[in-house]
Formats: sequence, structure tokens, C-alpha cells
Amino acid sequence: MSRANLLERPNLLERRSVVNQLLAERKEAIVVGGLGASTYDIAAAGDHDRNFYLWGAMGGAVMIGLGVALAQPKLPVEVITGDGEMLMGMGSLATVGLQKPGNLTIIVLDNEVYGETGGQASHTAGTADLVGIARACGISDARAISTMAEVEAFASAMQDVSSGPRFASIKIDSANLERVLANRDGGFIVTRIRGALGFDPI
Amino acid sequence: MHARTDAPSETAPETTPSWPEDIFAILQRFDVRQVPYVPDAGHSQLIDRVLATPSMRAVPLTTEEEGVALLAGAWAGGQRGVLLMQSSGVGNCVNMLSLTQIFRFPFLTLVTMRGEWGEFNPWQVPMGSSTAAAFELSGIKVLRASHPQEVREVVEAAAGQVYNACTPTAVLLSQRLIGAKVFTK
Repeated sequence: MSRANLLERPNLLERRSVVNQLLAERKEAIVVGGLGASTYDIAAAGDHDRNFYLWGAMGGAVMIGLGVALAQPKLPVEVITGDGEMLMGMGSLATVGLQKPGNLTIIVLDNEVYGETGGQASHTAGTADLVGIARACGISDARAISTMAEVEAFASAMQDVSSGPRFASIKIDSANLERVLANRDGGFIVTRIRGALGFDPI
Repeated sequence: MHARTDAPSETAPETTPSWPEDIFAILQRFDVRQVPYVPDAGHSQLIDRVLATPSMRAVPLTTEEEGVALLAGAWAGGQRGVLLMQSSGVGNCVNMLSLTQIFRFPFLTLVTMRGEWGEFNPWQVPMGSSTAAAFELSGIKVLRASHPQEVREVVEAAAGQVYNACTPTAVLLSQRLIGAKVFTK
């Protein structure tokens, strides 16, 4: 985003502060990050044995979250991804809307650009309204969040495993921050989550 | 939820085949809990059984790749699953199939074949012709059943190597088995 645009929109939130706030009181939650900056944000908030980092599989974050959520209906499952990743898996919002898992929360950190690839504008910078899309897919609790007070309230609402699915789009600034490299060994990540839930390796 | 509407079945034979029942029994025995699918006429009997079974969660998808990701999440959460699709959906999955190598989770898919054995629709032929190779290039083992009496042992072998050895496997259910779709005006 150009400097002029930033000046026009001075109230964008800072992504690391948002994710820190979302995860500060995560308790038993399992957290899935989309590939790219959202996974770095989750790692920056602190490594955790219930973190599901993605370094690929673009468009798959919500569906991975749904699979975990259906398997563990008593645990909060939180997908934190970016606008580009969400756009690639938009159909998964329709799939979630049909399944209605009460414990699933989807958060899009929307900076309106593909930050990993040079900052090209995404569809949300133009015409696509992800909140409207989520709602139209049957996720009735779909909202746009623009203040840290709302982030804090939403973080606490995510602990309720009976009132989801819920969706939030949080407009963030498009600053490229230093990468915090999450673990990228898929076997380790999955085995660690399963271990935290009490499941043995095969 | 989401039961099949009573559209004329694409391939329904005159008598109900028993091999979908064989598959269902195997899935139950292996404690398969999540069953994502993009519908196909060849899977309709199995889908109806899953939809009617409380211990199984049928998950209709908008595109087949969703099912690959869903099963990775299911495994992380402690459940087994199986992805039901037709051959034309396999190409939709290709990048997402990376997850089977990255996470080494038990990935089983049952694929009804089109584009072979008396196919009427030329649009089915290209993907049907590359289905097995696409899986193999993606590191997925391919087994095939072409006759009703072999479905049980093929699916049983597949389920065994998937759930016991985390060997990602696709079972191709031949068009010869399910019957070529008949197009009438």
C-alpha cells in the first residue's frame, strides 16, 4: 500500500499486536496459521505445542482447522490466516457454513496485499468483502474488527466452543515485519499436536 | 444433512450392488470418522450410508482439495478419514497432496473412475487418463478394483496400509465396476 493510502487510513492495526492479543489467553486452543506472515505472527507470539504452522498448502488453512474442530469439538480451534490465503480457499467458508462447528473461529489478517511476494494488491483491496462472503456462506457471526478493544473481546469470545463458527476480518497495516521462522517440519508439528492431545504416534 | 436429492442416478444399475456395502463395513471397522466428499453417482450408495451413520461425519466439499486438508486436520485432532471423489477431482488436489508427504498422515481416497471403459463424454477422458499417474507423481500409492468381487480385498489392503503404515493410497474404482454413464436425450 502506498504511503498516501496509509495516511488516508491511519487506524489500521499492527499485526503482531493483534495476534499477541488474540493468543494471550488461548488456554486449550489449537491455533492454525496460514502460510506466510500469519504463521510468523503466531510464532512471534510464542511457540506452543498446539500451534499448527503452515508453510505451504495455500488455501488449506480453514479446512485443516475444520478437520481439527470436528475431531475435538470441546476445544477452541482458531485459524489465523491472511487475505490471499483465505481468497484461495474461499469455498471452504461454504463448507464450514454447512458443518457449523461451534468451536471454530476464522480470523483473517487483511492487509489487502500479497506481502510474501512483493506486495501486489489482493482482491480485498478492491471489490471482495470477506465478511460478506463468510456471512453469505452461513457463518452468521461474521464481523469486521478495527480496534484493539474489539480484538480483546473477540479473543475471549473464541473460548466459547458452542457459539461458533465465527469469522473476523481485521484490517492491518501492510508493513513487512521481520520474519519469525516457525518450525517447518510437518511431521514434528503434527506429532507434537497429537501428543498434546493425548494421541500416540503410530 | 444434505441428503442427495432424487436426481436420476447417473449409473444406477438395475439391482443395488453389494460392493459399496463392503466398503462401508471396512470404513467402520477401521474407525473412520470424517468422510469428506464431492458427490459422484458411483459413490452415491456409500454417501447415503455415511450420511445415515451418527459415528461418521459426512462433509460435502466445494472442491476436492478441501478434503485433503480436512483429513490432515482430522488426524492432528485424533481422527481418521477417507476422501470420496471422482477421477476428474484428482487434478484439483495436486498441490494439496503435498500434505500427505509433509505430515505423513494416513491418507485414503476412494476414486470412482470416468473417462475409460466405454466413456461417452470426451471431456472426461483427459483427466481420467492421467488420474493414476497424477497420484503416483504426488507420492500416492495406487490400487485398482475393476470387479465387484475384488472390491473388498482391495479396499481392505488399502485401508490397512494407510491406517497401519501411514502410506497414502488411492483406490481407483474402475468405470467397468460402476458402469459407464448412459446419456439419453
